[in-house]
Order: sequence, then C-alpha cells, then structure tokens
Amino acid sequence: MDPVLSFTDRGIYCAAGDFYIDPWRPVDRALITHGHADHARSGHGAYLATRAAAPVMRHRLGDIALDEIDFGERRMIGGAAVSFHPASHVPGSAQIRVEVGGQVWVASGDYKIENDGLSEPFEPVPCHHFITESTFGLPVFTWAPQADIAAQIDTWWADCQTSGRTPLLGAYALGKAQRLLTMLNPDRGPILTHGAVENTNEVLRAQGLTLPPTHRVTPDLAPKEYPGALVLATPSAFGTPWARRFGPVSTAFASGWMRLRGVRRRRAADRGFVISDHADWTGLLSAIKETGAENIYVTHGYTDIFTKYLNSAGYTAAVVSTEYEGEVVEETDT
Amino acid sequence: MKRFADLFTLIDQTTRTNPKVDALAAYFRDAPDEDKLWCIAIFTGRRPKRAVTTTRLREWAAERAGIPLWLFEESYPIVGDLAETIALILPPPAQRSDQSLSYWITYLREMAAMPEEGRKAAVLDAWDRLQATERFLFNKLITGGFRIGVSQKLMTRALSRASGREEPELAHRLMGDWSPDTISYHDLVEAEDAAADLSRPYPFYLAYALEQPPKDLGAPADWHAEWKWDGIRGQIVLRGGVHHVWSRGEELMTDRFPEFARLTDFIPDNTVLDGEILAWRDGPMGFNALQKRIGRKTVPAKLLKDAPVLLYAYDLLEWDGKDMRAQPFGDRRRILCDLVTPLSDTAPIRLSPEIPFDTWQTIETARLTAREESAEGVMLKRRDSPYLAGRKKGDWWKWKLDPLTVDAVLIYAQQGHGRRANLFTDFTFAVWKGNDLVPFTKAYSGLTDEEFRKITAWVRKNTLQRFGPVRQVRPEHVFEIAFEGIHESPRHKSGIALRFPRMARWRHDKPLAEANSLDDLHQLLDTYG
Ligand SMILES: [Zn+2]
Ligand SMILES: [Zn+2]
Repeated sequence: MDPVLSFTDRGIYCAAGDFYIDPWRPVDRALITHGHADHARSGHGAYLATRAAAPVMRHRLGDIALDEIDFGERRMIGGAAVSFHPASHVPGSAQIRVEVGGQVWVASGDYKIENDGLSEPFEPVPCHHFITESTFGLPVFTWAPQADIAAQIDTWWADCQTSGRTPLLGAYALGKAQRLLTMLNPDRGPILTHGAVENTNEVLRAQGLTLPPTHRVTPDLAPKEYPGALVLATPSAFGTPWARRFGPVSTAFASGWMRLRGVRRRRAADRGFVISDHADWTGLLSAIKETGAENIYVTHGYTDIFTKYLNSAGYTAAVVSTEYEGEVVEETDT
Repeated sequence: MKRFADLFTLIDQTTRTNPKVDALAAYFRDAPDEDKLWCIAIFTGRRPKRAVTTTRLREWAAERAGIPLWLFEESYPIVGDLAETIALILPPPAQRSDQSLSYWITYLREMAAMPEEGRKAAVLDAWDRLQATERFLFNKLITGGFRIGVSQKLMTRALSRASGREEPELAHRLMGDWSPDTISYHDLVEAEDAAADLSRPYPFYLAYALEQPPKDLGAPADWHAEWKWDGIRGQIVLRGGVHHVWSRGEELMTDRFPEFARLTDFIPDNTVLDGEILAWRDGPMGFNALQKRIGRKTVPAKLLKDAPVLLYAYDLLEWDGKDMRAQPFGDRRRILCDLVTPLSDTAPIRLSPEIPFDTWQTIETARLTAREESAEGVMLKRRDSPYLAGRKKGDWWKWKLDPLTVDAVLIYAQQGHGRRANLFTDFTFAVWKGNDLVPFTKAYSGLTDEEFRKITAWVRKNTLQRFGPVRQVRPEHVFEIAFEGIHESPRHKSGIALRFPRMARWRHDKPLAEANSLDDLHQLLDTYG
C-alpha cells in the first residue's frame, strides 16, 4: 500500500485525496495548518483551513478561494478522511489528521504544548505516522512556565518606568505579539502598538478573541500623552525613525532563541525573554510519545540531531526536508 | 554567588556602558572584600586552577541530564559555550543555597585535591545547589574564558567610582602579576603604598586607524612616522635586575621569548620599553615565522634558531625609574635613540627606524611600499604627545595598507555557533585549477546581517550534499576575499594559507568563470609570501 502522505518538492502530498499540506510551490488544493508565511503561501488554487485561522489568512493573502473547517470536523477529500486538531501554536493553528484505509497520519505543522490561554489548547492525536517540527529540538531548549515570563516582563516594565525609559518589546506580529498582550499587566500602564501588530490585533478581535486595550501608534500619536507606556512592535521597527519618537528606550525581544546567550547578545537588546510558540525539547518528546506513533518524520529545525535521537530512543524516524523556517531570530513573520 | 550572578546578569543584558559601570561600582561598594577581589580577578582573566577536565564535565552533565553524550556534543557547538551548554541542559536544582563567590572558589580549589569520585560528587552537588545563572558562572570558573564585555576601562571606571582613586592609577595597579592569593582587595585597590611590583607594566597606548589621507592632521613637521610592524606588541620591563615581557593582552610572555634575558646586559635597570616583537634574521621575517613562536610556552632549541626574535623598540615609558609617559613623544624618542643606536648587533633590540618626510605625499608613497619592508602600513605619532592609556583618538594613528583580495567561489557552508547559531556563516571558498575548484580558505565575517540571512536562505535550497554539519553547495556565488598576508602551507590542500581572511564583498556582478585561479594565488605568494 502506498503511504498516505508523501514528501515532494512542492510539499506534503496526499495521493488518495490529491491535496497538499502547507505546500511551498503553487498547487491546486492546499490544506493549511496555520497562517504564518512559511506555511500559508499565496498562489494555490483552493485552500482549506480552520474557521479560526481563516481571517488572518484572508488578511495576509487577500482574496483567496478559502474553505473553512471546524476543529474536529471530519471531511472526506477523495479517498482520504481529513480532520483538523488544535496545535496551540497561534490562534486557529491546527494539526491535520489524514486517514486512508485505516492508516492514520498527522501533519502537525508548528505546535507547542503549553496552554497560552489564547490559542486552542494542544490536543494529542493518536496516529501511526507523525510529522513533527524540530525548531527547538535540542535538550538545551526548555521553557519556563508562561507565568514566570509574564512576571519578568512586568518587572522590566516597572524598572523602565522608574528609570524613565520606554520599554520597546519586539515580537512577531501574528501570534507572539497577541500572546504577549495577554501576558502584560494592563494596570501597569498603557500599551502602544506598532501598525503591523495592531492590524493583526484587529483581525483577531473581530473574530472574538479578547485582547487588552491597545493604542495604535500613528504619525500624530504623542507618546507624552501615554506616560509609563509599553510599546509592542515587530523587531524590524527597532532602531528606525519610527522608534525614535519614544525617546530613550529599553529594548527587549521575546523568542525561544533568547535562551541562548550568544543570540541574545547578537540581537543587542537590553533584555531577552525566553518564550516561544514552538514546543521545547521536553514538549516535542512528550507530544511524539502521546501520539503512539512509531514512524516519525522530522521537519524544520535541528532535524538531523533530533532524528538521530528519536531513532536511538526506539522510533523509526527520518529527516524530511521542507522549506518551513521555524522561529527565525530575525524579524520575518513566521 | 547570587550577588555575583545578579551583577553578571546586569552587565550581560545591557549594551550600554553606564548601567554596566553602575552595577560594577555598586558591587565594589557592597560586596565583601574577598568577593570584590575575586570579581576583579575573574573579569581580568585570572581564575582558580582548573579542578576538572572539560571531558569529565561533559560526561557528568550528560549523565545528570539523562541524555546520551553524543547529543550533548551536538548541542555544544550550537550553543557555542561549554559552561552555558551544561547550565542549559541540567534539570532545575533540587536544593537551595546562598553562599558567596569566595565560598565557591574555595569549594573549587578544595575539589582539585580530591580523587575523581570526590570531584564528581562535588560538581554534581554544586549543580544541584545553584540556580541557572549561578551554575553557568560556576562552570565558567572551571572552564575559564569570561568574555562578558567588561573591558579594563569599564573595570577601572567602576573601581574609581567605588574607591575614589584615579582611573589611570587603578589601571596600573590592576596590571602585572598579582593573584587573589598574593594580595588583598585593600592592597590592590585602596592601600596608599601598594607593594611596588617589579613586574608591573604600564597600560598600552593604542593607535586609531586612519581612514582618510593624513593631510588633515596638520603640519608634517609636527609628526613622526615609522613602519607599522607585523609582529606582537610587547612591553619589556627591566627592574630589580630581572626582565618581564608583557603582551598587549596583559599576558606575561617572558618565558616564551628567552632571547630577551640578555637585554639586562645592554639596557640599564629601571627601564621600560614599548615596541614590536618580531621574528628577525637580517630583517623582519614576517608574521608566519613569529606565529610558530606564539603558541608555545616553552621553546625548543631548533625553533629558537629558525625563528629568533628581537624587539623593535619605539617608545620609552620608564627611564631611570621615572615614569616618562607625560613627556613629549619626541623627547622620549631621543633618549630611546641614544640608548639603542650604539648597541652591538648581538643585542636583541633595534630602534624602529623613523621614516623621514617633509610632505604628506612622501608618506603616502612610502606607505605603498610597506609590504616590501615586511610592514603592514605606517604609524603616525604626534611629536609632542604624551603616552596615554588605551585607545585614544588624535595623537597616534595607524595607516594600514589596503588588504590583498581575490575573487573566490563559495563551495561549502556551515551553520554558525552561539550568537549565529541559526545562520550559515562559516564558509569555504575555492579558486579555479583548470576546470576544478580547489578549496583554499575559510571565512566567517565581513557580510552584513542581511547578507547572511540571504545566503542562509540560498544555502538551504542549494545544498548538494551534507557531511555532518557541513553542506556542499552549488558553486554559483563569487565573493571577494580580503586578507592581510599569504604564505605557503603544506597542511592546506591548495598549499597556501591566508592571514585574516574575510568576505569583503558579495560579487553578484561576477560570473563564476571570472573567479581567480590557483595560479593567481601563487603569483601573490611569490610577490608577498
Ligand atoms: Zn508558525
Ligand atoms: Zn513552521
């Protein structure tokens, strides 16, 4: 019997249903795990994504032929039974389960295990074959609970208020930025947002997600009228004329890469908060274990090392090369 | 240790100087004297004797983390730092402790005398008692290499703020051959009459690079010119009938260069000389010859014969026991000249010759011939300038030759370490030999972040083959490689090695076929090797 999913130079392909999952070259029919740029690309004939992921995809990709599906809803595409299950990566992100002739495969896209209170909580999906990312697939990457990081950020914000600097916090516009918003203490002060962040906020608020009040930074916004404010921006705004309006700033990045001192220092920010929407080492291992799968396919990240480890731990694991990018340290929105 | 860890975190997390000085000064005001002393020692590169080998540390850490050793070894280059890798993979500590920095240093020293089983138990116990940053620092105390952006200047500024003493004086006090065992914090920093230290050098004065032609510097007559030698900057201290040789990095190199023992026969006691240490036989032999000497703490007789060194003296910092640094350079130079010129050829010292010039044009022309003199360029020193401490703009300029360049093809790429863990930054370049591409150099630096990102994306899509962490990529991109020197090297496939190679430019405009050839490199070797 042919494998349910195969790996082609266009993306992950299902022959029984004649569709691709997160393809990186234009195809007729694409199932999309989530709206980040390396997973949801433009140019496909037809798209299928979760109802919760759809608004962001339309916002990013414009007028696309997008069909929506609920979490847990089962749908037949050709000879394949397909369903989407929460991946807890960003709001609306899904693992895609594909069943053909009793064989179950799950393509998990990007995922994390911790419940961030904003994305739909991660749901382990039993399967025979599991496709996993490995962005942080090294034992040096382990995350502290979200509440600890929230406390660190609040302390930094308070320190900034004492020293008269504006805290400038950098994060991806989609997902990380909104997660950080829910972690901020709204009693500490006003929250100003860069346009790229606020655009996504609007999309997510419109679909019913609760975010704290924010103020969009426009050319005529006077920072003086928001004393003690924190500014949430994409990292690409750092050091630009846009950022200069806030006077002396204290910069911070929020990313899993901040776990490494070398990366922290390279970004030359005043602070690095270790927080990621990707699973850490223990998260990856527990997720894989819970699927019960014996065959593991490892995509973007430390694929070679992680695969070698899985094989030594008794799985049948293989590296799959894709064009997904994981959590880039730099500013692109993935 | 918590106080020291907090200090470390404050210094490490900011790129601004003032908060660093504030944090250090506060530490020097509040911490116990013993901890202060060790703090200075650590940040100036002094550390307790290594109690455990790094091999054992890796094994014990992997074992405690419950991961196979190979996985630890794979993680280490990605993190880029052993102490950090260990701190990151260990499970959280089960015990609590708040002992001082000095306590842990004593702990480490006592460990050194234990049998291996005892050392292992002690290390595991320490890991289980220390929080993440404290653990990292504990590991650093074992492995050494605290590179955390505390320059000597920062240190002296903070000490000055805490002690009320002048910065240059503190800089002088911190140099030399002290260790926390031989001195107290009070004697090192505060005591009115610190024990005179015969070996103590002066802080080096460092030149700024000249970016524009020198005509903006004013009248040529106000300036002194000499070659910028391609050796090791060194300071030779002659006091109490003995000599000490210091490198610019404040490393004592006396044993590495036994030739200078004979200086005491030629130069009077209570003299301190600044100059360039060069491998020399009827003239400077080039840096490659000197390189062989640098790596060795003790020198075999053959090497002493093959690559003898001497000092090209260019400044006089102490004369007859008197600190000369406030005197004008011209006066210092005159005494130096009278001292060195009459000496016999067997003395391991020469005067770094002056390049006479009346017009800036003369010196511009002279500079272009620097390679023929085995020099890297010219130095310009204001005749009335004092000898300052550190890198100061205005009186001393180095005007280096433009680097040599070749256009080469990118053929292998490897991910960076540590700070560049997820970019491809380590590249191997090749030149043509007939229809083949022969690798001849690696290069790591010179591109902008944006370019590194671009080439990283390209490498991901154009990998032909993987050899462990190394990817062979499609030969497609040409880069201009700049370097400071070229010499023969039997260890390299191409037979050639470059000095300080870096990527000067990404030559998008150059087709593959127009990259340089091995013959071109051999021509450069014949001219400059
Ligand atoms: Zn993603
Ligand atoms: Zn991804």
